Amino acid sequence: MAAAGRARVLWMANPLAAIGRIFLSFLATVGRLSIFTGRSLSAVVTAPFYWRLCLQQMMTIGYYSLPVVGMTALFTGAVLALQIYLGSARFGAESAVPNIVVVGLTRELGPVLAGLMLGGRVGAAIAAELGTMKVTEQLDALITLQTNPFRYLVVPRLVAAAITTPILVLIADIIGVMGGYLVGIHRLDFNSAVYLKNTFDFLEVMDVTSGLVKAAIFGFLIALMGCYHGFNSKGGAQGVGRATTDAVVSSLILILISNYFVTEAFFSQ
Amino acid sequence: MTETSYPGPRLELVDVHKAFGPKVVLDGLNLSVAKGESVVIIGGSGTGKSVTLKCILGLLHPDSGQIRIDGEDTVGLRGAERERVLTKFGMLFQSAALFDSLTVWENVAFGLIEGAGMEREAARVIAIEKLAKVGLDEDIAEGDPAGLSGGMKKRVGLARAIATEPDIIFFDEPTTGLDPIMGDVINNLINECVQDLGATTLTITHDMSSARVIADRVAMLYGGKIIWAGGVDEIDECDNPFVDQFIHGREDGPFALEVT
Repeated sequence: MAAAGRARVLWMANPLAAIGRIFLSFLATVGRLSIFTGRSLSAVVTAPFYWRLCLQQMMTIGYYSLPVVGMTALFTGAVLALQIYLGSARFGAESAVPNIVVVGLTRELGPVLAGLMLGGRVGAAIAAELGTMKVTEQLDALITLQTNPFRYLVVPRLVAAAITTPILVLIADIIGVMGGYLVGIHRLDFNSAVYLKNTFDFLEVMDVTSGLVKAAIFGFLIALMGCYHGFNSKGGAQGVGRATTDAVVSSLILILISNYFVTEAFFSQ
Repeated sequence: MTETSYPGPRLELVDVHKAFGPKVVLDGLNLSVAKGESVVIIGGSGTGKSVTLKCILGLLHPDSGQIRIDGEDTVGLRGAERERVLTKFGMLFQSAALFDSLTVWENVAFGLIEGAGMEREAARVIAIEKLAKVGLDEDIAEGDPAGLSGGMKKRVGLARAIATEPDIIFFDEPTTGLDPIMGDVINNLINECVQDLGATTLTITHDMSSARVIADRVAMLYGGKIIWAGGVDEIDECDNPFVDQFIHGREDGPFALEVT
């Protein structure tokens, strides 16, 4: 409380200095994150690689996230079909529903919504686990037992998230299209065969691959943010709580920002 | 255990300085620990005892000074070089710092499997043996560390610290949080294990009864320096007012201002 009061007084006394401090603090964070990312990537390509831990993480991140991602995709596909029908009916283009549902899901909503759900579920779990390890000296114990925490903890999570997120998104795409299909034939009176034909005839390989590339990047960012904030947590339970919140917020923001740039990169091709 | 031909002290800190921003924690610390010797560092909270251990292990980097292990200055060592030096160490952490995601025996065998590259089955046999050495049954080996009592966690931590038979073992507040009887059990186990291994040990503690059982020599850390060091049998006759106040746990004395 006293610190917050002091900060308010400093801000009022010299707003430029306060802005400068915020900017410097931002640059310092970017620097720390860059060093952390560099160390993590160099650990990915140097032995030993912990296969067993990587497979465990693939189960935790991928398999156990299937229900939440599947439910998200199912209802998103269903709602998308309804909304597109309402919009397209205004200019008599109702038949475009299957086409727009599949493109919208594979290129955008599948990877982004799965990424956001995983950011909440997986990013928080990683930050909380590693944060607790940090404040209970387990990270120090790892080092004294001659084990590099980047190779043992960070690399399996980064690799597992980057591999399993595209698989999850592929499944989400299929479930989402199914959600649209169910609404299309039961609620909007589409012919089943026509709906499926329109879906697959219109779909291009690039629609799916661009979504999967996005998913791999999102998975990497989620695990990176979880590990970074977990490794930098301090001060007991409150510190772990703050690290968890920061991991979720930063991974969601990075997903949305990187989504634009990746879309832009594919758009210009 | 690795044999070394270096005739000097096993562990030597020379003029070590460490500050966190404006707060100076170590201010020219000098300490020497001979081979096979058991030194206990005593001192109040926040005097830099844990920082000293972390600097020796490379978990923190001192601002200046030398930390020599078997004559080799280890300040600034990183990567594989640091891991090579760390093979000489075992450590019992204050909170035991057992890995929640592993079973009890995997915790004990961790240094053997991940550090020394031993096969899991062979490492499991050694882990069970070390658990028996600290008075724990094989039944708990497959269990989860979260289900253990504080005393059992410390024992598992001790088994993990001695599993690789290191040259140097650090004990960070080994009896903190334990009842006096369990504290005595841990002290005796530490003595037995260390004598069996012939290891050099450095312990930090507030617990004078523990220090009297474990130590060959006691050093008092205050103001970032060792202000008194001597044999454990000399401590009661010591005329240093800081030591006198600390070992008798009196409120009045040179520490008084900082207590309030």
